Amino acid sequence: MVRRQRLFRDPVRRHHRRLRLRLAVLLLGFVGAAFAAEIPPAERRSGYEFMGRETRAMQDDETTNPGMLWVLDGEALWNRKAGAADRACADCHGDARASMNGVAARYPAFDATLRRPVDLEQRINACRTDRQKAASLAFESHELLALSAYLARQSRGTPIAVAIDDRTKRFLDAGRETFHRRQGQLNLSCANCHDDLWGRKLAGTPIPQAHPTGYPLYRLEWQSLGSLQRRLRNCLNGMRAEAPPFGSPELVDLELYLMWRARGMKLESPAVRP
Amino acid sequence: MARVVVNVPASAKRGELIEIKTLAAHTMETGFRRTQLGELIPRDIIRSFVCAYNGEEIFRAGLHPAIAANPLLVFTAVATESGTITFTWSGDNGYSATQSAAITVV
Amino acid sequence: MTTRREFLVLAGAAVAAPAVVEAQIDPNQAEKRKAAFAEALHRVVGDARVRRGRVKLQLPPLIDNGNSVPLSVSVESPMTPADHVKAIHVFTEKNPLPDVISVHLGPRSGRAYLATRIRLADSQTVLAIAQMSDGSFWSDGAEVVVTLSACLEEGLI
Repeated sequence: MVRRQRLFRDPVRRHHRRLRLRLAVLLLGFVGAAFAAEIPPAERRSGYEFMGRETRAMQDDETTNPGMLWVLDGEALWNRKAGAADRACADCHGDARASMNGVAARYPAFDATLRRPVDLEQRINACRTDRQKAASLAFESHELLALSAYLARQSRGTPIAVAIDDRTKRFLDAGRETFHRRQGQLNLSCANCHDDLWGRKLAGTPIPQAHPTGYPLYRLEWQSLGSLQRRLRNCLNGMRAEAPPFGSPELVDLELYLMWRARGMKLESPAVRP
Repeated sequence: MARVVVNVPASAKRGELIEIKTLAAHTMETGFRRTQLGELIPRDIIRSFVCAYNGEEIFRAGLHPAIAANPLLVFTAVATESGTITFTWSGDNGYSATQSAAITVV
Repeated sequence: MTTRREFLVLAGAAVAAPAVVEAQIDPNQAEKRKAAFAEALHRVVGDARVRRGRVKLQLPPLIDNGNSVPLSVSVESPMTPADHVKAIHVFTEKNPLPDVISVHLGPRSGRAYLATRIRLADSQTVLAIAQMSDGSFWSDGAEVVVTLSACLEEGLI
């Protein structure tokens, strides 16, 4: 009797081969997913490029950029004496155009006393309380925004360069983890939109890559100047996730990661965004 | 005083057309927004803007809530003689702001 | 993030203030605004004829955010004492109020030109009317599509 013909000769080996194939695909999928997410450095684009021509013109022309109203107020505050020490920022730092050039592009930066990174607003407040012996300025207050806008303006055109070393690496990792973590009722991560779907439309508007290249900036939606933390809290609210309070370590770590992710891109502060 | 910014060329030729740009810090509260409890936030806007060239009014604007926050006004003028160009904003709740710029006309 | 207390206060206020809620969902809103627009026009122009032309109203056709839309108006005119633009009026058809801005110019303006930024509540037509020294009226209109920003903020910060 002739043996029954089979398509494959050995069913056990075939089964094992299939298992190995499935495992390989699964592993490749995970690995692929981990690498496919990040935007290649050469493809990074500032939110500036996702705006209409007129909004870009609004940012470029300092005579019509509303952010300049805060910059000018910041300049006045820089020169005004404050606190029990009766000192102005200018008394220690001199002309901001020289002394503050490039500073905003390096923040968040490591603070030796707190042993963690702090953002520019926190650094300004540290100076106010420690050096000027004045009360710290409330987050998103006009004065704090004016000062940070004035400082950031002095770094317009400077490539973003936050220092990542032994001291700051773990905070960068914490920020990266937040960026990639699914959160909130919509179960979305920042990466879902800003790494994977940038350029596509959401509610009729293009999704930008989320590089903090122009903070503090004048957002048309706010009709006011605001900080990066305000924007992050907006996003988290929009995702129906819980937004940490202003100044919280989670937000500063995320700021650090976003600035690192945007390393080399030029600062445009004070920018204008929809 | 409320923050305003004006941009006027420092000098111009007689008869030359100059562009004047002005910005005023103001929320321009429309009177149509509501608080979280549903109460209307009252209107609070800049209502009028006047530009005078050596005392003579050359441009006047009446603003309404539809003007965006931090109002920008850009207009032109003929550089007739050297002197001072003054800008006056006034609005609700006693808001007022003034600024002036010197111009040399050759 | 609303606390339980805030939620209860809001719920209580919502029950106690039906008049407030009514005002926000007026079914005749579109008609009322159309009538207001016509009335605002009439206030400026009266019964005079408004001709299309000589005025150039520029708005971006698709805008990033209705809170701040750049607008410019320029009018062909020699701007001499004998022949100039006296005033430029801008109106919208669907905003809560039809008037946007009225500017008064004269020969010392050199050019009949205005640029500013306006608020638009919806996709709609914007109208610019120029009032000439000889009493004539000229106009130009522009259609704008208004989109929203993503990830909006609720109320204030």
